[in-house]
Amino acid sequence: MKSINNTILLEDERVDGAEKVNGKAKYTAEHKLPNMAYAVFVTSTIAKGSIKNLDITKAIAMPGILDIIYYANCPAVPGYNPIAAERPKNVSEWRGFKVLYDNKVRFFGQPIALIVADSFENANAAIRFVKAEYEVEKFETNFDKARLDPKNLKAPINYKRGTEKKFKEQAFFVEGEYNIPIEVHNAMELFATIAYWEGEDKLTLYDKTQGPKSTQSTMARTFGLVDKNVRVIAENVGGGFGSGLRSWPHVPAACIAAKKINRPVKLVLTRPQMFSLVGYRPQSWQKLGIGADAAGNFIGISHEAISNTSRYEDFREGIVEASKFLYACENVDTKYSLLPLDLSTPIWMRGPGEATGCFALESAIDELSYKLKMDPIQLRIKNFTAVNPENKLPFSDINIKDCYAYGMEKIGWKNRPTVPGSLKENGMLIGYGMSVGVFGAGKGTASVRIVLSNDGKLLLECAVSDMGPGTMTSMSIIAADAMQMPIQKIKFKLGDSDLPPGPSQGGSGTTSTVGSAVDLACRTLQQKLKEMAIQLAPAFAGITADAMEVKNEMVISKTDANTKIDISALLKLANQEKIDLTIASNGKTAAQLKFTSNSFSSHYVKLAVNPKDGSIKILEVVTTGDAGKIISPKTARSQMIGGVVGGIGMALTEKLEFDHASGQITNASFGAYHVPLHSQTPKTDVWFVNKPDVNMNEIGAKGIGEIALIGFAAAVTNAVYNATGKRVRDLPITPEKLGYKTAKA
Amino acid sequence: MKPCTSHDGRRGFLKKSASIAALYFTPTSLVKAFAVDRVIPLPIAKAKLAITINGKLMNLEIDARTTILNLLREDLTYTGTKKGCEMGQCGACMIHVNGKRVKSCIQLALNNQNNKITTIEGLSEGEKLHPMQAAFLKNDAFQCGYCTSGQIMSAVACVREGNAKTRKSIQTYMDTNICRCGAYQNIVDAIEEVAKSGVKI
Repeated sequence: MKSINNTILLEDERVDGAEKVNGKAKYTAEHKLPNMAYAVFVTSTIAKGSIKNLDITKAIAMPGILDIIYYANCPAVPGYNPIAAERPKNVSEWRGFKVLYDNKVRFFGQPIALIVADSFENANAAIRFVKAEYEVEKFETNFDKARLDPKNLKAPINYKRGTEKKFKEQAFFVEGEYNIPIEVHNAMELFATIAYWEGEDKLTLYDKTQGPKSTQSTMARTFGLVDKNVRVIAENVGGGFGSGLRSWPHVPAACIAAKKINRPVKLVLTRPQMFSLVGYRPQSWQKLGIGADAAGNFIGISHEAISNTSRYEDFREGIVEASKFLYACENVDTKYSLLPLDLSTPIWMRGPGEATGCFALESAIDELSYKLKMDPIQLRIKNFTAVNPENKLPFSDINIKDCYAYGMEKIGWKNRPTVPGSLKENGMLIGYGMSVGVFGAGKGTASVRIVLSNDGKLLLECAVSDMGPGTMTSMSIIAADAMQMPIQKIKFKLGDSDLPPGPSQGGSGTTSTVGSAVDLACRTLQQKLKEMAIQLAPAFAGITADAMEVKNEMVISKTDANTKIDISALLKLANQEKIDLTIASNGKTAAQLKFTSNSFSSHYVKLAVNPKDGSIKILEVVTTGDAGKIISPKTARSQMIGGVVGGIGMALTEKLEFDHASGQITNASFGAYHVPLHSQTPKTDVWFVNKPDVNMNEIGAKGIGEIALIGFAAAVTNAVYNATGKRVRDLPITPEKLGYKTAKA
Repeated sequence: MKPCTSHDGRRGFLKKSASIAALYFTPTSLVKAFAVDRVIPLPIAKAKLAITINGKLMNLEIDARTTILNLLREDLTYTGTKKGCEMGQCGACMIHVNGKRVKSCIQLALNNQNNKITTIEGLSEGEKLHPMQAAFLKNDAFQCGYCTSGQIMSAVACVREGNAKTRKSIQTYMDTNICRCGAYQNIVDAIEEVAKSGVKI
């Protein structure tokens, strides 16, 4: 790798990459404990009601079955008790539905029993012999139908500045309704938990989670244990995209079973269960209006949204947020309501609500640009703001115009037809589209242990997990940069709740939060080394710490390069084998809080629509990120490309389908729920502004996980409009929505 | 089972492989709870299996219902081969059987009597990475790493079978392997690099 600042980095490969290509990296379900039993769920075949009788007699008699746990024989779980007064102090009520607790069915496919056996095959074979008799109740899974009756909606959250619906009074305005179906994370690794009670009050979990600390505290509070007696290990996480940001019911289920049979229990979800038991992007309806004066200045934006939640929990996300602050506009009103349905609870999915909201906002701006006869990028530049109009704070940094300049040039924006449907290449209708994405850039608290040994090796530890972005690599780079030492001598350990507390990996916050802690830990260590040198090494007598630096594994005087001491020699002088410090880094400082921080992206798409059948081929993508300093260029590029692929799924292929007569998901498999494949992904060019955001945090880096996807779907629909003159506001875009008849199967 | 060929469109293959999977066993949650009076036969039978895994001959007695994937992962701790769907639809479980790529989740272990199996662990020689593994690492052809073993096993087959001549043919051949992190571009870069290098794999 080229040096970052002055750091000597010999390689730019992921520090944990070799183990991932040679198959040695162990994921949750791959741990094997002595005497481990296997558990599988039996799931409901109705959407709502109660179980009158569950007959387990045949199943329990089958070979190898150790237990079948359900509401009638489930041990008492402290956190399942709904009466607060009866719960011990260190117990909180389990959030969400309490698996194996009662005979109620809340959604189709809900676990109703857990079969525990001595082998996976034996557990699986017994599923069909568990017989449930149900009392069926009326249910609703149809979002499109249910949202039309206001009685079904929860009270909205409203926001207003200036005059409501001001957009309608403008010379130029557009208003449209946007629909996005349920999309499902579907990380490649199946959710899995191995639960092992090492003692009456001591629990060890191997768990697929984006937050070892969060899982630790959830399970401690559910089972009435002290945090330190719950250990959660998640060394390698095979993708998450948000679905691992909470503990789902299979986690307590594995704990319950392990307790009941007094053996370690492994519970791995099936792929179909990944569609209904671990969250999803909620279905949404949006109505967005935007109005401008003749010069293109936005005068009013109105953004209304409804998204679904489950009947038993509220889940809200930032659908209407970007409309409040991404562009300069005096009059903005938003309204956001929840629609409870008889489904499981949704959760943040990559680029969470902002991806939903920016689809509407960025589509509407494109539509308005045609009315104004203005270039859509120029229209965005016209309404650029360096101050967040919602909270009136200046952005800590915003370079989106640089992104526009790069993207326009690289995609060949000058070739974009101003009249839709007027450009053809090789018989195909060609269109260009672009869009913008934005997401909050936070900095939270984290602790890092830093250990410098006398062999020159540096160990850093934090209980964060790495679901794929390459956290281990970027943290190692930050440490190498701060310590001015080769990355090969650095080891960053993560994925274990026993390590110093770190955040859950989500909301594009890991690099900023943990990175700042790593940086602080390195600087604290350097200060310590300088002080030791002053105290112990005669050559440094009279030199102040400020006049010294630590690099190349030495403490050196800044003014005289010959005044230096090897770190190993210094430790020897101190008679120490190592320096071992644990450093806590706080959230934003008072100075940093004078700004509002976001990461920004812009996406550019060139695509071809086949005029014969309406099929769409994305030919070229350029994606740009304005996210401060890019710590690890190689993995950051991969993350941006991954966001584009996710965005292609959102735009063109992904939709969870239901049979609303039964409430059953009808496409719960990769064969029927279409995620993008190799052949559907175009060559993608990635570019970053790569300028440290010095007002945001000490390392100047912001997150990119969300902005990689946010807005992308609108770049595709905008390009489809440019190619065909057809404005698609319902995702995914299919040939029928372009007016083509569906091919007969 | 015949491996998926490049002539076989992915969606068509998925339908086919799903129905083949159904013959072998029924995925857990697709089964509806229904009454059964008699179980025929008793659903457990041990069977003998002679199989060579990464060059090592093994004589095993196994549960007749075990898939080759579960045999590898659960019983023999070759956990480099991944379970992604158990329906032959994602490719995470790709292994080589007698040199041909096969989705191990939809193959009974017993169908592999005297077969030679290569898993991701068998590609590298000790600590030395196989050229395709090295190319994946160099091109950052993965993020979370979970689909990677399957992608690499398919990639090796892709080059060996002469399907790596163009990016398009690589993409079509590799459509059997899903990557949800979206590393496709870098995966194709890695395969192209190995194919162009001419190194024998």
